[in-house]
Order: sequence, then structure tokens, then C-alpha cells
Amino acid sequence: MNTLILRTVAPVLTALMLLFSIFVLLRGHNEPGGGFIGGLIAASALAIYGIAFGVAAVRRAIRFHPMAIAGAGLFISTLSGLISIFFGVPFMTGLWIYPVFFDVEVPLATVISFDLGVYLVVLGAITSIALALEQEPGPETGGEEG
Amino acid sequence: MEALFAILIGLFFAAAVYLLLSKHTVRMLLGIVLLGNAVNLLLFTTGRLTREVPPIIPTGMDQLPAGTANPLPQALILTAIVISFSFFAFLLVLTYRAYQELGTDNTDEMRLAEPRDEERPPMGY
Amino acid sequence: MATPSTVPVDLSAALVLAPVPLADWLVVLPVASMIAFGALLMMVRKSVRLQGTIAIAGLALLVLLDAGLLWRVMVHGPVTMVMGRWLPPFGIAFTADLFGAVMALVSAVVALAAGIFALTDIDASGRRYGFFPFLMLLMAGVTGAFLTGDIFNLYVWFEVLLIASFGLLILGSEPEQIDGALKYAILNLIGTTLFLIAVGYLYAIFGTLNMADIARKAGTLRETAPLTTLTALFIFAFAMKAAAFPVNFWLPASYHTPRIVVSALFGGLLTKIGIYALIRVTVMLLPVEREELSLMIAVSAALTMLIGALGALAQNDIRKLVGYLVIAGIGNMMAGVAIGTPAAVSGAILYALNSVATMTALYLVAGEAARLAGAWSLSGLGGLYRRAPWFSAASFAFFLAAAGLPPLAGMWPKVVLLKASLDIGAWWLAASILVSAFVITLALGRVFLLAYWRPLSGPAPKMPGEDAPAGDWRIVLPLGALTFLVVLFGLLPEPLLDLTQRAATNLADPAAYILSVFPQSAIERGALP
Repeated sequence: MNTLILRTVAPVLTALMLLFSIFVLLRGHNEPGGGFIGGLIAASALAIYGIAFGVAAVRRAIRFHPMAIAGAGLFISTLSGLISIFFGVPFMTGLWIYPVFFDVEVPLATVISFDLGVYLVVLGAITSIALALEQEPGPETGGEEG
Repeated sequence: MEALFAILIGLFFAAAVYLLLSKHTVRMLLGIVLLGNAVNLLLFTTGRLTREVPPIIPTGMDQLPAGTANPLPQALILTAIVISFSFFAFLLVLTYRAYQELGTDNTDEMRLAEPRDEERPPMGY
Repeated sequence: MATPSTVPVDLSAALVLAPVPLADWLVVLPVASMIAFGALLMMVRKSVRLQGTIAIAGLALLVLLDAGLLWRVMVHGPVTMVMGRWLPPFGIAFTADLFGAVMALVSAVVALAAGIFALTDIDASGRRYGFFPFLMLLMAGVTGAFLTGDIFNLYVWFEVLLIASFGLLILGSEPEQIDGALKYAILNLIGTTLFLIAVGYLYAIFGTLNMADIARKAGTLRETAPLTTLTALFIFAFAMKAAAFPVNFWLPASYHTPRIVVSALFGGLLTKIGIYALIRVTVMLLPVEREELSLMIAVSAALTMLIGALGALAQNDIRKLVGYLVIAGIGNMMAGVAIGTPAAVSGAILYALNSVATMTALYLVAGEAARLAGAWSLSGLGGLYRRAPWFSAASFAFFLAAAGLPPLAGMWPKVVLLKASLDIGAWWLAASILVSAFVITLALGRVFLLAYWRPLSGPAPKMPGEDAPAGDWRIVLPLGALTFLVVLFGLLPEPLLDLTQRAATNLADPAAYILSVFPQSAIERGALP
């Protein structure tokens, strides 16, 4: 899509939406939000960028293949569950640490890393589908579904 | 209230089945979306309809106050929504590709995997 | 939760506080490791050679973990682990009993065989497309379905394996595959949605989703709740997944379109998940209602057997022929569910185990035959016996096993099922098992006659793009291992018969299963109800 307005606004919009998606991801810790919805917002940000500048530009911008991003997310999530094997508690038990940065106690947990994984899975999978749909129809366009 | 929801769910199911009986893949896709939503409503209703008190234990108590909503069906629906969303995305790509490759969205004409004039197995050497 | 200093609460009412023994992890590790390996493979999708190595290592690990789990279950009884240390029925429980553990182990062995075969069958483009990650996710779904102790979680694993199967099914994006995949996808999605509806009603009736909890409560609710309707809905949904008559038509429409390894995995594993769920829900959770509906299941089973056998007789394409054999096998297993005595259920389990190995092997044989002789159709195949005598011998073993002829593994489940059906006087069910086996013998005999014995004039045409040398270990090893299993359990069926009998007895009386999920209830009451 080649309108001047969209092409001017798209980078700003994409950046804002990506930032907002991370805000939503972190906010999901104790309030509405979370990895799934954050990932969806991030994926739609990339989809907007793709509409404005084409699929190739998005693929260049995110460096990694979307399915590789999803794979990394899945890996992080699984590891977050498996860590509890070392603490004698069942699979997927939330484990907490309370490090102090600059006199502020920051509670971190495997719950957060699990949610980060979900964020990446959703971002990767939905981006890959969106890019497959946005691509101009040709002889070999698909191959990224699922 | 449950009776009203039952009727609503019934309507959803009827519309979904009607669309699924179509020969055209796009309508079947819409039917599947409706079917998924019908099931979500059904799950919601099976958890009993209550007033919207969030199921959070207040400070100083160790059990839920009376009349809170049932959180479990909501968790089930959330899972079901996520799954049906991803399936819908996949099916959307698949039907689009099918339309590109096969040149039709009429399932009667999609006979590549099962050709009409299939050869019989040989009866002897 | 964010601050450690809150009002003290009695955590023992909600959480597992005792440390978890490391052996209990065997319930979760097969699934978790498959997901981890799948994720790893997704990240290295570019390096084609590395993918194969990682995937085979992962599948071998899965076999070891499942074997360890089976050993643990055989020695100590069912093993349970709850997610996130929440006590059941609130926490999602993974519970492995004999039935689930043995199915998981056989599936893992078959997946390893298919994975090794895939090293030749799946080329670089198929690997870049993600064959191995999808295979791992498929196995995560399959193993999860076998090991979960929560019925909604069972639905989730159904969906996981379904989405992985979609990916595998359209692995080359050929028009024929897209045609098959569309029908497969839509009909299977409707099937799982029906399952979800049934789960919704189940929750409305029982107020719980934990299978052990449902098994405990089913007795008390029997007078008031519409459990027969619910069971019928479950049976319909699972019959659709298992491709039982009259909802079997998606299988012959799609199973012959993908790569042969994918067909092999689907034919071996996916329909058996439907049978597993059918046995788990109707035999263990709702046995009285199964009894009421047994005639309906029996009629469907008999028709499935006959349709499958006759369909196999009418096919020219050997992949479609094997597809109909899968359907015929489903009929036999459903006959075991319909009869419902522990002996019959053990026959069904034995049949399922046998079918997992045999059907996968038959698809692989079909692929290898087509590679050697250059055709998928019976009219084109020929001269295999002269070209590859050892391969022909292995094929012959699988044909005997699939037809249920002595002395191979396929015979024992049929014998057990026949005896069980004659014991309750269902002569027509026994007759349909025999007729179906006879027709299958005819169909497979004809395959052997035409494709193996018939001399082929002139050099065989080559399948395009496949040039593995003869005697390649990636083909010999999986086929040889599966032949070994089929012959071994044909000649020495005693341990397996014993195992399935124990599994079936535990399903008929799930006290040990319930005890493993709710140890505290037994302590409170002294004994289980």
C-alpha cells in the first residue's frame, strides 16, 4: 500500500505499538494484560509496517525468522517450567527471587519468564501468518503457516 | 437468565451448522468461527451465570466471599479462544491457498486427492 | 504474591508441600522435552543437517523417558504430578497409568523409527519448512494426550497434535495436499469442537475436570444427571477423531496426500489417540453409560471393520489401501470398547499397540515399495520380490500382522477380541471380525501377488528426486526394528498380554488411579469408596 500518509506514520506507529506491547506484557504480571495480548499488539505493529513498506522490509527489520522467534519463546517457556526440577517442586511452579536494584526491590519470577516466552511465541507465530497473508500472491509464497 | 443464554447458544449452533453445510469453504470457515463462539458461550453458561464479583480473596480472609464469579470456565474459554484463534488463522491461510491453487472454493470441485474416474485395481496379471 | 510478608495462610490446603521425588518427573519430562526439542529445532531451522541429528536424539530421549515411566508405573502403580504444585482437582494433573504409559512408549518407538526413515524421505526443502519441529510438537501432543489426567488438558493436547498435523500435512504445498488438508482440517476441527462441547457439559454436571475426580463422583450423580447423552456426545467426538463409520470419510480423502513418513505417523498414531480417549472416557469414567450405548458402538464397530476391509479391496493406490486398513483396525478396537469386559478392553489395547506399529510400518513399506518400483498404484508396481528379497520378507511379515494371521503379533488381539465377543454371545460381532480379517487377507494377498511376485518387464521407472542407495541404514533400521517387534510379540505374546490385561483391569477399577491423584482422601477416610 503506497500512500504517503501511511508510509510517514507507520514507523512511528510501529515503534509506539512495540513499546506499548512490552508495557502490556509487564503490566500483565498483576493486572489485566500479559504475554498473549502483548504479543498480539507487537505482531499487529509489524503487520502495519509490512502493509506500509512490504513484507521484505519487515523480514529485514526483525532480523530473525518469525518462526525462530516463536521457537525461542517456546524454549524460554518450557525452561521456566523445567527449572523447578532443581527445587523439589512440581513442574511449572512459580519460583521467585527478590533482587534489589538501586534500593528498589524488584520481584522476578519464572512466571515472568514464562510470560515472556508466550509473548515471543505469539509474536512469532502471528507475524509469520500475517506476513504470509500480506505477501503478493506468487507461485511459492506460503510455507510459514502454523 | 440461563434459559435465555440457552436459546442464544442454540441460535449460534443453528447458524454455525447451517454455514457448515455449505459447499463453499469461505462459508464453512465462518461457520467454524460461529461454532467456536457458540462453544465459548456454552462453557461460560455451564459455569453458572453470576453477578460480576471478581473471584479474588480479600485481605484478611482465607476464602472467597459469597456470590463471586466462577473463574474456571473463564480460564477454559480463554484457552479455547486462543486455540480457535490460531486455528482460524491457519484455516484462513489454507483456504486462501486452496483458492489460489485449486481455483475454486467449491468443495464439490476439489477432487484432486480423490479423482472422480479413479482406476480400479488390476483383476489379474 | 509480590511481597513475601503477607498474612500467614494454611498453604497445605492448596499446595503440594512435600518435596517431589525425581522419579515423578518422568510423567512430565516426555512432554516437556518434546516441546523443548521442538522449540530448539524451530530456532535452527536453517541448518538442515543439524536438524536431523537433534530430532533423532530427541526422539531417542523420548523412548528412554517413556520406558523409564512404564517401568516406574509397572513397579509402583500410577504416577501423578500436578502443575504448579496446586493440589488436585484444582491443579492440572498429569497421571500415567499402565494404559497411558504403554501407549506412550509404543508411540515413541514408532516415532523414532519414522524419524529415522524421514532422514531419507524428507529433503532439504521439507526440513526448512519445518518437518522436524512439527514432528516434535506432534509427539508432544500425542504423549501429552496419553499422560494427562485432566480432561480439558486432553482437549488441549488434541489441539496441539492437530495443529502439528496440519503443518505436516501440507509439507510440500502441492495442490493435492492442500485439497486433502482442507478436508482433514475442517472435519477434525469440528470433531475437537464436539469434544469441547462434551467437556463443557461434563463440567456443568460434575463441577470438575480432573479424571480421577470424575471417576469418584460418577457413581453418586448417576440417577440425576443426563450422563448417557453426555457419553453419546463423547463417543461421537472420539469416533470422528478415530475415523469410525459413519464419520470416517475424511481419512481416505487426506491420508495419502502428504509425504509417506507423515502418512505413516498419522496412520500409526493419530487415530489411536481417538481410541485411547474413547477407552479412557467410556471405560474408566462412564462405564455404566457405555454399557447402555454398547449396542450402538458395536454396530458402528462392525460397520467400520467391514467398510475398511471392503475399501481396502477396492483401492489401486497402495497408500489409500493402507488408509482403509487403518479404518478396519479402528473397527476392531471399537468392538473391544463395545463389549467392555476387562478381557475385551485388554484386546482393544493390545490391538491399538499392535496397530500403532503395524500401520506405521505398512505406510513405510508402501513408501519404500514405491521408491523401488516407481509407482504408487497396484497396476504400476511389480517385480519387488526379485529386486529386494529382504524387503519383501519384511513386508510379508507386516502383511501377515495386519491381516491377523499367525504367527505374528496381529493375531493375538484378534483372538482376544473374538473370545471376548463369543463370551457375551455377540456372534455377529465375532463374525464381522473374521470376515473383515478375511477380506483384508485377500486385499493384502493381492498386493503381494501384484507388486511383489508379478514380473515387471523393463527397468522400473524412478520416483523423481529420491536416490537413496539400496540397503541404506536409514531405511533398513526402522523397517528392521519394526519387523523385529512384530515377530517378537507374535512369538512371545505372554508379557504383552499380561501387561494389557493389567491395564484393562486398572481401567475397570480405577482405585489405584484415584489413589495416585488423591492420596490424602485415602488417609482421611481410611479406605476409598
